[in-house]
Amino acid sequence: MSVLVFADNSEGKFKKTAYEIVSYGKHVAQQAGTSLVVLTINADDTSALADYGADKILKISDSRLVNFNARAYADCIQQAANEEVADIIIVDSTNRGLYVAPVLAVKLKAGYASNVVALPVSMNPFTVKRNAFSSKGFNFSEIKTQKKLLGLAKNSFGLKEQKVDSTIKDFTPDLSEADFKINSASIEQASGKVTIADADIVVSGGRGLKGPENWTMIEELADVLGAATACSKPVSDMGWRPHSEHVGQTGKPVSSNLYIAIGISGAIQHLAGVNSSKVKVVINNDAEAPFFKAADYGIVGDAFEVVPELIKKLKEFKSTL
Amino acid sequence: MKILVCISHVPDTTSKINFSEDFTKFDTNGVQFVINPLDEFALTRAMWFKEKQGASVTVISAGLAVTEPTLRKALAIGADEAIRINVDPTDGYQVAIQLAEVVKNEAFDLILAGKESLDYNGGMVPGMMAEILGFNFVNACIGLEIDGNSCSVSREIDGGKEVLTCNLPLIIGGQKGLVEEKDLRIPNMRGIMMARSKPLKVMEPINFDATTATLTYEKPKAKGACKLIDSGNIDELIQLLHNEAKVI
Repeated sequence: MSVLVFADNSEGKFKKTAYEIVSYGKHVAQQAGTSLVVLTINADDTSALADYGADKILKISDSRLVNFNARAYADCIQQAANEEVADIIIVDSTNRGLYVAPVLAVKLKAGYASNVVALPVSMNPFTVKRNAFSSKGFNFSEIKTQKKLLGLAKNSFGLKEQKVDSTIKDFTPDLSEADFKINSASIEQASGKVTIADADIVVSGGRGLKGPENWTMIEELADVLGAATACSKPVSDMGWRPHSEHVGQTGKPVSSNLYIAIGISGAIQHLAGVNSSKVKVVINNDAEAPFFKAADYGIVGDAFEVVPELIKKLKEFKSTL
Repeated sequence: MKILVCISHVPDTTSKINFSEDFTKFDTNGVQFVINPLDEFALTRAMWFKEKQGASVTVISAGLAVTEPTLRKALAIGADEAIRINVDPTDGYQVAIQLAEVVKNEAFDLILAGKESLDYNGGMVPGMMAEILGFNFVNACIGLEIDGNSCSVSREIDGGKEVLTCNLPLIIGGQKGLVEEKDLRIPNMRGIMMARSKPLKVMEPINFDATTATLTYEKPKAKGACKLIDSGNIDELIQLLHNEAKVI
């Protein structure tokens, strides 16, 4: 028995999520008294995976997999799980992870627990803690099948270094025509911008900013912090900002380390999407805004005065680091 | 085109989430249930295919009798018929097996669902159904056009979108973008009256053992009070974020 982690990458490079899931997988493997196998697909350099505990690295290099394809990726992971006799299989909760996991669960005939936020609380019965009800509750789920598939919630475990000597092995999956019945026609992707999914810090603006022309200061604040920009639902509905920036229950979930809400009152639907962010700061001129109940730090004040001052002070602060 | 829309019966967003029986049950007392908002985007897109392309639209839910008002609401919005599978939906895999069985028997060629239900946020039923049935599957779907047998499907990716092409049969896990919020329909009186006489078929589940079970629940720890910082003292905020919260 081993534990298998699928460490995904973006154009050959691993992101923080990959190191987090390997860190997690190593701890699960230790809990189960076994070793960790990490599967990679078309990754350039896998050496850093050893820093987080990858005992064995399986490398797939296949030009058909350069474009992501959920069914083909699921096939790769299933075949690696069989090869390595892995009973616990772990994937991430990125867009791609969430796409692959249910397909993979059926291929493995595995019970699947998504949104897992901590190490298993028990190995027998195999029980994990999961986020549910848009972070307004947790459930402890038992997985009853022999093979168990876990989806690790983003930014829930963190990076834990644990250097090991890795063995590296090439792995050639057996893929069929049936894996490639969906074709990618085009990809539009903003380059050089921090995405909400990857960001450690998210700066978000609401209706209190009065109009799209006032987003310059939001973008400048995000620049200073290396943050992604986001917005509330009314702002995207009015077309001030693109829908891809809408965070909230029907928009994107945010689980960053720091979420700064500017001119956002904090409707329940908005909070449902940002509950799992670790630290929340609110800047609002209405001291009664519900966001103050959900936030860790707050400033009651006019965003048009507070934000420029915050940008100025942050620049000073950054220059002293 | 025969469309099946999968409907989850979930607590309204504003519901207080509480647990009963020593934290082993979700407490439905005083909770208002609604069509899962992400499923509603899917249903609204299905109505477009019905009106513009003559598709038939069936809605389905795996749930006990309490879910029927939610299915009736979907009928009032304009679906032609409803199916309820009489099972307590405790496990996503089990739900996917039950729904896939109906698809097999009734030859649907397009299955629309939200990418997750806003109660357990499992995000697994559409993808599992697709793999059980061998249908094409696109998750986080933000746009769908169909011409005959060919589908053009947009999905959200980090920082953008990808357009995919494939043939029917297809299952999508949808979200906002499939239609916009302003396109959502509130049932009118005529729709509500008509929904009463539309067929709602109850089917018994096939045998399948749940793969997961919820043992207990927990509520998040109560949050401390928000620390208020004077707007004239931004330095204090920066110091707190750096030294106390350690996030900058």
